[in-house]
Amino acid sequence: MKLELNGQTREVDAPDEMPLLWALRDLCGVTGVKYGCGMAQCGACTVHLDGKAVRSCVLPVASAAGKKITTIEGLSPDGSHPVQVAWAETDVVQCGYCQSGQIMSAAALLAEKPDPSDEEIDRAMAGNICRCGTYQRVRDAIRRASSMRRARR
Amino acid sequence: MTLSRRDVLVSGAGLLIAFHVPGKGRAAQMDKKPSVDPNAFVRVAPDESVTVLLAHSEMGQGIWTTLAMLIAEELDCDWSKIRVEHAPAAPAYAHTAYGLQMTGGSTTTWSEFDRYRIVGAMARAMLLRAAAERWKVRPRSLRTESGFVVHRTEQLSYGQLAEAAQRLSPPASVELKPKKDWKLIGKPMRRLDTPEKITGKAQFGIDVQVPAMRTALVARSPVFGGKVKSFDASKARAVPGVEQVVQVPSGIAVVATNFWSAKLGRDALQIDWDLGAGAELDTGKLLASYRELAKAPGTLAAAKGDADAALVGAARRLEAEYDVPYLAHATMEPLNCTVRLEGGRCEIWTGTQFHGVDQMAAAQVAGVPPQNVIIHTPFLGGGFGRRATLDSHFVAEGVHVAKAAGVPVKVVWTREDDIRGGHYRPMYVHRIEAGVDEKGLPQAWRHTVVGQSILTGTLFEKFAVKDGVDAQSVEGAADSPYLDAVAARKITLHSPRNQVPPQWWRSVGNSHTAFAVESMIDELAWAARRDPLEFRGALLADKPRHLRALEAAATSAGWGTAPPEGRARGLAVHDSFGSIVAEVAEVSVDARKRIRVHKVSCAVDCGQVVNPLGIEAQVQGAVVFGLSAALLGAVTLKEGRVEQSNFHDYRVLRMPEVPDVTVQILESDAKMGGIGEPATAPIAPAVANAVYALTRQRLRSLPLRLT
Repeated sequence: MKLELNGQTREVDAPDEMPLLWALRDLCGVTGVKYGCGMAQCGACTVHLDGKAVRSCVLPVASAAGKKITTIEGLSPDGSHPVQVAWAETDVVQCGYCQSGQIMSAAALLAEKPDPSDEEIDRAMAGNICRCGTYQRVRDAIRRASSMRRARR
Repeated sequence: MTLSRRDVLVSGAGLLIAFHVPGKGRAAQMDKKPSVDPNAFVRVAPDESVTVLLAHSEMGQGIWTTLAMLIAEELDCDWSKIRVEHAPAAPAYAHTAYGLQMTGGSTTTWSEFDRYRIVGAMARAMLLRAAAERWKVRPRSLRTESGFVVHRTEQLSYGQLAEAAQRLSPPASVELKPKKDWKLIGKPMRRLDTPEKITGKAQFGIDVQVPAMRTALVARSPVFGGKVKSFDASKARAVPGVEQVVQVPSGIAVVATNFWSAKLGRDALQIDWDLGAGAELDTGKLLASYRELAKAPGTLAAAKGDADAALVGAARRLEAEYDVPYLAHATMEPLNCTVRLEGGRCEIWTGTQFHGVDQMAAAQVAGVPPQNVIIHTPFLGGGFGRRATLDSHFVAEGVHVAKAAGVPVKVVWTREDDIRGGHYRPMYVHRIEAGVDEKGLPQAWRHTVVGQSILTGTLFEKFAVKDGVDAQSVEGAADSPYLDAVAARKITLHSPRNQVPPQWWRSVGNSHTAFAVESMIDELAWAARRDPLEFRGALLADKPRHLRALEAAATSAGWGTAPPEGRARGLAVHDSFGSIVAEVAEVSVDARKRIRVHKVSCAVDCGQVVNPLGIEAQVQGAVVFGLSAALLGAVTLKEGRVEQSNFHDYRVLRMPEVPDVTVQILESDAKMGGIGEPATAPIAPAVANAVYALTRQRLRSLPLRLT
């Protein structure tokens, strides 16, 4: 089947029910998307499907065919997406394993709600677990990215 | 020559003291400065890059930046030209205090504070000499400035001097900068590993790709200690993508072209297990048996005076029993290990905290000399102690699978494998009896600790377990600073054994001892009708660092002022890994009796500060880690089976549940302590004490649940 992955068309030979996560990681070699739980509990596998945040570990690859798939690698060519810039300025990351998923969830949130309330941030990010406990800086970075976007407009 | 494990341990005598008394044996160890080969730690290249080699693993704690700061401080290089790499497994990278290459015990920064600065100073001296030879002047007439050697109006870059400097022999001694001249140490520095970690480029063990590599999942016994009796792999072999099914000591490995096929193949295996005695395990019964044990004293761990007599004669006597459950680390990156056996070499890619031990274990399984075991270390997706395994089980298993399969293999653990895989923070019961005087101050203290020893039965037993007492089982209890004010005390330990493999878990023994001791101190304060802060102050009157931390945290939390409606505050202070952390938690309870923590005010004294931005992150992270355990964490067993399996039933904190954590760093002249772990332990008692203040219900079991 054909996948529209980060602006390129990729042909993959996968059974329909294989989760998108493993098609991306094992068949396309795109490893920024992470395995954490396999049951949509932790958010490490978050990617965008037509701009919406989805958990790729429970999404059959066949259902992603024909849609625009964006992984962390496709969010910006050089780490210059406002969320990534805010992440760097806020010094968010620790081990870093969950951060691709955190950033993809945050980017989807801000695309939909450029100026989210604290409650909206909490709700949008509740599906992303971080064992290092970077939550507070994640929150700060989302607020920073939001104000950066406001300043640009 | 093949080195046996025993030989290595004997030659690595540094283990001896340091492991037995965590955090206290190191002074003696550090006096003997290691002879350092700067080339093993830093490379200055003609392209102006300065590459720092890390003797320890980056698992989130920020040493990728901190250790680079130490070298850069003395080398006087351009910070933007710094690159960092993990060092290989080799004797040059042995821990300066423990004599074995490893990452843990919150030791990296203090144990490398001298070595990495010395390396930076050595490299700078060599660059200066190279420049002096070029210009035919005396090195003393030269200075350095951000990556250049300067002589009057002329300058040469480090890159221009790199090759000439490399031909020189390292200086026999160097002088380190005085503190007043530091430009980096003590300044907030952003992390150097951010660019790759926010773009998906950072490589973790699970991301490693090796030519011709296959992915394997291993079916392990559903109960601890079980063995394969027989198995039928015909259905597993029929799964597309599955190439081999092989038996290894830990179970049955399904080797496939990708993870998903390996998982489907493993699901299709039919295995008949010989479960053994582990099938009887039940944490409810275990807890009852621990409580029974706690009624009588165990092996003596520490004593002063006659606590038994003093208890009898006390004006008033209080007793309480506390318990904590098994806990999984649940690192975000599940365990994995990639192995290639080729040409008499064993190459390993894995996120490990225990290079020294893993190298030996892999050598034994692969049948090659240890120096032929090459360990490549990608980033670790969290560690918290899970990747420092005394038995190297996940590395040894990886080698077994690669050997049996005859191809390079990446063994991956699923989340279920991780949560059910043992190697937990062990369950513990604490019973404390205190005899108090008319003012309510304790004069007698009898503390009985019950729980599995982590080190008994391991390679480290003979160094770490003395007279039947594993010091890590009672750390924070036997040496609690509160006890100096108690005339008669006795701390004893029972170390029952069972099939559940115990493991170091962020803050180790302190994760349970701080809960017991700080809860009991709080109970005594309330019984004496004294303010919990003032009461602690009376007991710690001659401990200025503890007092300062307590007062700083209390002031920042608004202690003594009325909390917002429906909330209350509780506090705790704990001394571990050479650092002192005080925490005040502000809590409320909702209509469904769920505990909500709104704010945590921390004050930390870890001695010399290297990177305050990193310290803040570690303290905030440790509080969240400890709070997940305090409010939610428990692994339970029934008929030998672990009842939890993934994040839906082994819950950890999510963003809406995370409090605001403020961190005050109290720099002091005290010996440098650790920072990765010490803030973990005080949060459970701080929250329990706040819940008591709010509800007058004393919660003595973790996780904290109101009835």
